[in-house]
Amino acid sequence: MSDPILQLTDVKTHFPIERGFFFKRHVGTVKAVDGINLTVRRGEVLGLVGESGCGKSTLARTILQLVPTTGGTVVLNGRNLATDSARELLAARRDLQMVFQDPYASLNPRMTVFATLAEPLAVHKVCPASEIPARVAALMSTVGLAPRFMQKYPHEFSGGQRQRIAIARALALEPKVIVADEPVSALDVSIQAQILNLLAQLTKKMNLTLIFIAHDLSVVKHISDRVAVMYLGKIVELGLAADVIDHPRHPYTRALVSAIPTPNPDIERTRQRIVLAGDPPSPINPPAGCAFHPRCAYAQEQCKLAPPPLIADGPSREVACIRLRDLP
Amino acid sequence: MPLLSVTDLRTHFYTRNGIYRAVDGVSFSVERGETLGIVGESGSGKSVTCYSIMGLIPQPPGRIVSGTAMFDGVDLLHCTPKQARSIRGKRVAMIFQDPMTSLNPFLRVSEQIIEPLLIHENISRRDALTRALAMLEAVGINDAAKRIHYYPHEFSGGMRQRVMIAMALITKPELLIADEPTTALDVTVQAQILELIKKMQQELGMAVVFITHDLGVVSGLCDRVQVMYAGRIVETADTRTLFHAPSHPYTRALQRSIPALQSKGAELYTIPGLPPDVSKTISGCAFASRCEFAAERCTASTPELAPVSPTHSQACLRVQAGEL
Repeated sequence: MSDPILQLTDVKTHFPIERGFFFKRHVGTVKAVDGINLTVRRGEVLGLVGESGCGKSTLARTILQLVPTTGGTVVLNGRNLATDSARELLAARRDLQMVFQDPYASLNPRMTVFATLAEPLAVHKVCPASEIPARVAALMSTVGLAPRFMQKYPHEFSGGQRQRIAIARALALEPKVIVADEPVSALDVSIQAQILNLLAQLTKKMNLTLIFIAHDLSVVKHISDRVAVMYLGKIVELGLAADVIDHPRHPYTRALVSAIPTPNPDIERTRQRIVLAGDPPSPINPPAGCAFHPRCAYAQEQCKLAPPPLIADGPSREVACIRLRDLP
Repeated sequence: MPLLSVTDLRTHFYTRNGIYRAVDGVSFSVERGETLGIVGESGSGKSVTCYSIMGLIPQPPGRIVSGTAMFDGVDLLHCTPKQARSIRGKRVAMIFQDPMTSLNPFLRVSEQIIEPLLIHENISRRDALTRALAMLEAVGINDAAKRIHYYPHEFSGGMRQRVMIAMALITKPELLIADEPTTALDVTVQAQILELIKKMQQELGMAVVFITHDLGVVSGLCDRVQVMYAGRIVETADTRTLFHAPSHPYTRALQRSIPALQSKGAELYTIPGLPPDVSKTISGCAFASRCEFAAERCTASTPELAPVSPTHSQACLRVQAGEL
């Protein structure tokens, strides 16, 4: 459980903003991911939460090197993906796969399930061509789809079934790490439960490491061992899932947790909700110092000076707030 | 007398692939000042129910096959277009899920907010603008005097939703229909919008019909909840009863599959199978094929809503027979 499989050191992903058609001028930078340090252990499920625009999806794409890193290193199993050549990356992706949010958009509508699942096997020459049909059938049963649907096209399946196909595709190469970007957000509650159970069961059975991105905290708490909370490109709180969500420390995590509606009318009517003022600020022009200070109830002058580092709070938690000790 | 009472509403869509019975025999009523939640999964007919009431069903392919919707003595489904226009947008207003697609991107928000006023009230543009400005301030838009002249794309998602709420409420409607108004928003923004709807409801004393698939949102906001499945209401009760003593197997299963209510790491309860295809004729209870308690007679006849207590009714034959 303790050996690190994926290590991110000071990862930065910035996008330039350009104006003009012929003479492109650089007018600004979106710091989508800005200095993330994170160690993911083998076999763990790490939840990544935050509001839209906080950079969680960009971080996922950076881990897979689907977008180039601006700075820092992404080390998978001892090799730095950020400096790898395209050929090396291709090989590395055998160990690192992704499941996307929208199963309607992430499957090729012109490819049958068989073609979709056989492609990674053929690209990476995992097995002789004659064995591919058997492998595909096995994959389909792993994710709970009947192999007789092999020759069907994605539009013939429901959302939940499509997400199963996407998961099967990610599993085809028996990767060590899977990054799932909001895999259940597009699904209905009853279907969501099926997919969550499937993911939990697969990670256990195949000793997978899963990075699970979601904005729904109750889903994240359910499936994750540890949770990282992001705000404007930075991690603001990191710790065991139950700790972070049941006893949040960072003012932003507190507000986030208090904003989730609970399906229990008694709790819902009596509790005090922290309603944050305003919208999350723009990552083009983030506030100086702690990015959360304009919306924070505990902010002081010193919060505006420098971005707060992650401070250890107990053995298994880190919080990026300089006023951590003064908070109630 | 209830403010709105819908009886036996059936809205079907006639397409090349068959008849989709999106809403198939729905009856409910909304009292003045009350908040009614309608929950259900996608395709359960919750939006189509409200679109039918508002006259927003494209006809063809849609057709309101039967039913009445009495709003303060006027049947919205069978009245003259003129009567309908005098009610819709004035006494009944609606807000939609996606504020990006439901505001006109070519018009400044000022034009869009005053439009219902200019149509329904004998008011000058200048006075309408003054009221629009006051409304924007009431829904929490800072610097409203300047931002009223912005275009929709200049607002963030949450702000756009506030603009839409301002637009819906400017005529002081008696009934607001909210179709998943917070689904596209982040949780912290969702919390702001829910607070805003509650506040405006108290100020104006209007009734709210709140459509959502999120049981969490319902629990904090609604007085009464009805659960829809495959175009029919399967259970309706006051919020406390629905959460603490749900009686229909579908409602129970739905609650058991929410991660928040389960202990961590435990296997989530899943409802086997998929929601039924409403283009096929469903004999008997639509949930029977996925229900763990289904018996033979469940597929024989369609169960009707029957009261469990004065404020609680549900449509399961076996519960009604006292077997579960």
